Amino acid sequence: MADTAVHTREGAEQAARPSLLNRIFLHNLSGKIAAIPMMATVLIVFIGCTVWTIYFSFTNSRLLPTGKFVGFDQYERLFATSRWNVSVTNLVTYGVFSLVFTLGIGFLLAVLMDQKIRFESAFRTIMLYPFALSFIVTGLVWQWIMNPTLGLQGTMRNLGWESFTFDWIANPRMVLFALLIAGLWQGVGFCMVLMLAGLRGVDEEIWKAARVDGIPTWRTYVSVVLPMMRGVLVTAVVLIGSGIVRLYDLVVALTNGGPGISSEVPAKYVYNYMFGGGNIGQGLAAATMMLVTVLIIMVPWAYLEFGGRGRR
Amino acid sequence: MKKFAVVAAMATAFLGSTSAYAVDLEVTHWWTSAGEAAAIAEFAKVFEEETGNNWVDSALAGSGTGANPVIISRIIGGDPMGATQMNTGRDAEELIQAGLMRDLTDVVADMDLDSFYVDQSLLEACRYEGGLYCLPINIHSWDWLWLSTAAYEEIGQPVPTNWDEYVASWPALEEAGILPFGLATGWPISGVPGVLMSGIGGSDLVLAVNRDKSADAVRGPEFREVAEAMDSLRKVISPDMMVPSFGDVGNQLLTGEAAGNIHGDWLQGDLQVAGGVPGEDYECLPALGMGDQLTGGGDSFYFPVLPEGTDPAVIQAQADLARLLISPEAQLKFNLVKGSMPIRTDIDLSAANPCMQKALGLLENGLLPSGDFALSSDTQQQLQDLNIEFLDDDNITVDDYIERYASIIEQAD
Amino acid sequence: MSQTATMSGSAPTTTPTAGTEPRGPRPKPFFTPKKIMLYATLVFFSLYFLFPLYVMVVTSFKTMPEIRFGNIFALPNQITLDAWFKAWTSACTGLTCEGLSPGFWNSVKITIPSTVVSIFIAAVNGYALVNWRFKGSEIFFSILIFGSFIPYQVFLYPLVMITRELGIFGSLQAVIIVHTIFGMPILTLLFRNYFASLPVELFKAARVDGAGFWRIFFEIMLPMSLPIFVVALILQVTGIWNDFLFGVVFAGTQNLPMTVQLNNIVNSAQGSPEYNVNMAATVLTGLVPLIIYFVSGKLFVRGVAAGAVKG
Repeated sequence: MADTAVHTREGAEQAARPSLLNRIFLHNLSGKIAAIPMMATVLIVFIGCTVWTIYFSFTNSRLLPTGKFVGFDQYERLFATSRWNVSVTNLVTYGVFSLVFTLGIGFLLAVLMDQKIRFESAFRTIMLYPFALSFIVTGLVWQWIMNPTLGLQGTMRNLGWESFTFDWIANPRMVLFALLIAGLWQGVGFCMVLMLAGLRGVDEEIWKAARVDGIPTWRTYVSVVLPMMRGVLVTAVVLIGSGIVRLYDLVVALTNGGPGISSEVPAKYVYNYMFGGGNIGQGLAAATMMLVTVLIIMVPWAYLEFGGRGRR
Repeated sequence: MKKFAVVAAMATAFLGSTSAYAVDLEVTHWWTSAGEAAAIAEFAKVFEEETGNNWVDSALAGSGTGANPVIISRIIGGDPMGATQMNTGRDAEELIQAGLMRDLTDVVADMDLDSFYVDQSLLEACRYEGGLYCLPINIHSWDWLWLSTAAYEEIGQPVPTNWDEYVASWPALEEAGILPFGLATGWPISGVPGVLMSGIGGSDLVLAVNRDKSADAVRGPEFREVAEAMDSLRKVISPDMMVPSFGDVGNQLLTGEAAGNIHGDWLQGDLQVAGGVPGEDYECLPALGMGDQLTGGGDSFYFPVLPEGTDPAVIQAQADLARLLISPEAQLKFNLVKGSMPIRTDIDLSAANPCMQKALGLLENGLLPSGDFALSSDTQQQLQDLNIEFLDDDNITVDDYIERYASIIEQAD
Repeated sequence: MSQTATMSGSAPTTTPTAGTEPRGPRPKPFFTPKKIMLYATLVFFSLYFLFPLYVMVVTSFKTMPEIRFGNIFALPNQITLDAWFKAWTSACTGLTCEGLSPGFWNSVKITIPSTVVSIFIAAVNGYALVNWRFKGSEIFFSILIFGSFIPYQVFLYPLVMITRELGIFGSLQAVIIVHTIFGMPILTLLFRNYFASLPVELFKAARVDGAGFWRIFFEIMLPMSLPIFVVALILQVTGIWNDFLFGVVFAGTQNLPMTVQLNNIVNSAQGSPEYNVNMAATVLTGLVPLIIYFVSGKLFVRGVAAGAVKG
């Protein structure tokens, strides 16, 4: 927090300097011109569409954004809807597991890959290729594998293992883990590559020093190397986190929210009510709640990470 | 496509067709199952033969989440298709109000629609401020109990003739390892309560809930019976036995893997394509074999207003298609394949199969408004969510179900 | 594509930590229990990653009766290419029975320009954010990163209206713009990190020589950025090729990408589902990103190492 305060003061000092207009428009003109597409994207799409979304979430708009202002009605309905509440719980559960396992397994694999092993590039290729496939493809193939009659379970039973059970896709309590298996399959490899790059960015001297001091290898990884990989971790968290919040395609392709509503997620609620249900107000209220959640998690972090600090 | 267009244009030139040259008319729809695709092909054939124009088929799988967003966003985004299928009812009412759909009043002025449309309530859904913005092209009803002859042969019982007999046969079926009720994941369950409502609850209940949106009716004793029937149904359905699409349920019925299913009449199109013969391979019980009226909705065709500068020949092709869709010839061919009922009263349906004959008989008693006809898509979506949740989660009691159903109907507009 | 071609030069000699040699303890010459554990773990995970690919490919070569027999491990009794031909040329959606092939070319039409435009803009962004910072530039960047967390569904409706006002809805331009917008956050992050890792002296020297914004960009920065371009290229080609939502909404019916046709074929259940055709179609749809990834795998990893590491 102290850090933030210092920067605010600096900002205030800068703003107070003379020839403000000159500074805004003429200084570093080509830099600003080059950044026009980015500024337009930020202002029109990310900010403009967000404001639009929030505004219309307070209306009773149906198929077209023409409704009247109705206050918090859409939100009251949203919080009273069990499908929404289930969706949020699901996303939190999936998100926590996905983040922990993607980072954990990614790091573990990266450490293993970093042990001067043979066939490193073969292993890496195998682990990374699913990243090239879409969630639709991922969902389809795992749906096929998890199909209780024709997939893995059926195969094992046909081969004589009668009690073999792998019906997670049809089991309301396990279906989120079915999603997780498919999601990890797709994303862990990329996390591993990032982590491996991070590991190899660590100075050899650190390792020598740790060995001289007699620190066990695993402790060196956890308490020395990991903190040094901050940049990689940030990139990984941004990638994994944005994927989790947007979780949609995989659910549609793998479970379509079922069985029952046990694998519904917020993005699907938004989409279903905006288009299938023709209720933009309700869909946008749900979208706004997603935004608010992301905002609460992201803004303090983003400020510290990108806004508040010099880059080197 | 290009090559085909050229060939078709040449062909029409030689045949000396009505129009000077062939134009493309894009038609969007979500009829991608086997029976549905065969039915829409009948429309396309009639259209191409009669007008010499090209039917450009844009099928998108999945009604609610797949096709609807694309259809709506294209109309709103100013890139409309020549014609599109949607459900008869209220899905497009705002597009009509926003002036995005073409007024067909003049196009069909000389056809005297009132004289042959089987039920005026169908056309009402298309009217707005004196204009006519869509044409219902068939009547679909959810009110069918489909039963597998093979399954009942296996347990050595006669095929039930109504819902109660069917329920009574469940224990024997389960003992024989046959699914009493086959079900596809997702939306197919959403039609079931409506069917139980008309079959068990009766016509008055359907009118009170769907038309008058009376929450009291939902809380009443008749609806409780419906809810209890849903409750008993969910006890014989388990998620790991559910199949991906309703067409798969059709196959389960034909093989005797499943004994019964409540599903709309379009299932029959798939049963036929798979070689099923009504009366031999499967039996059909309209209104669960108990009611004397069918609830119904159906499909309509809409013709978006095309942007300025569109080739007048395309606009003419829209009009030609509109008139052809409700012509006796196209109606007959299409509906026989689709398994739905034609909207015309003046065509000879002796070629229709026994199931459709039964439906035509009930149709004479008037059509009850089904949920997808009378309720907004928002309300339908809420009810669908509720039904899917209820089916899967035994912690939701019948009382909870009734109360939640009632509150959704209460808020419906 | 021209930028990528002109920068032909070698990878930057100054790339920090470009070392690809493994660190960690030196390997011991014999098979120790530790080593066996190590390889066993790696092999176990490899099986997890390979299993779905194996199943996809094997299933696509089987006939339907064999599939219904229910052994997903088994190799096909008799290899048949029917499913592949059907998926490519004749699988039906509604009345159109052309398989995936038209979608393939549509995806090419969408992917190439979208990739080029989005990478170019993101590279300029990253360069401006590092070397030509102006007041507020970091705020824009922060919002951009934040934007990568917003669900796409939020933007769909307003973007339809915006592209309608621009008069490009339902065209290739629209879908290119949309991909550029949504590729921007992560690509800009990558380029910004990468350019920040280059020695600032190079830039300063060029400034002293009087070179301007674009000259430094094209003559100094681009030639040094091959690794990060490869990363960006792979991310964008796979991302855009795999996209479903934007393609189906913005590209217009005549440009529907391959993923949409895959979805149509798989979900169109014409009669009993043909899993072999579905799997063949699935493999075909994933083929382009897979090939690109396999061909450039090493460069990709090196690029990630160079670009994503610096925070």
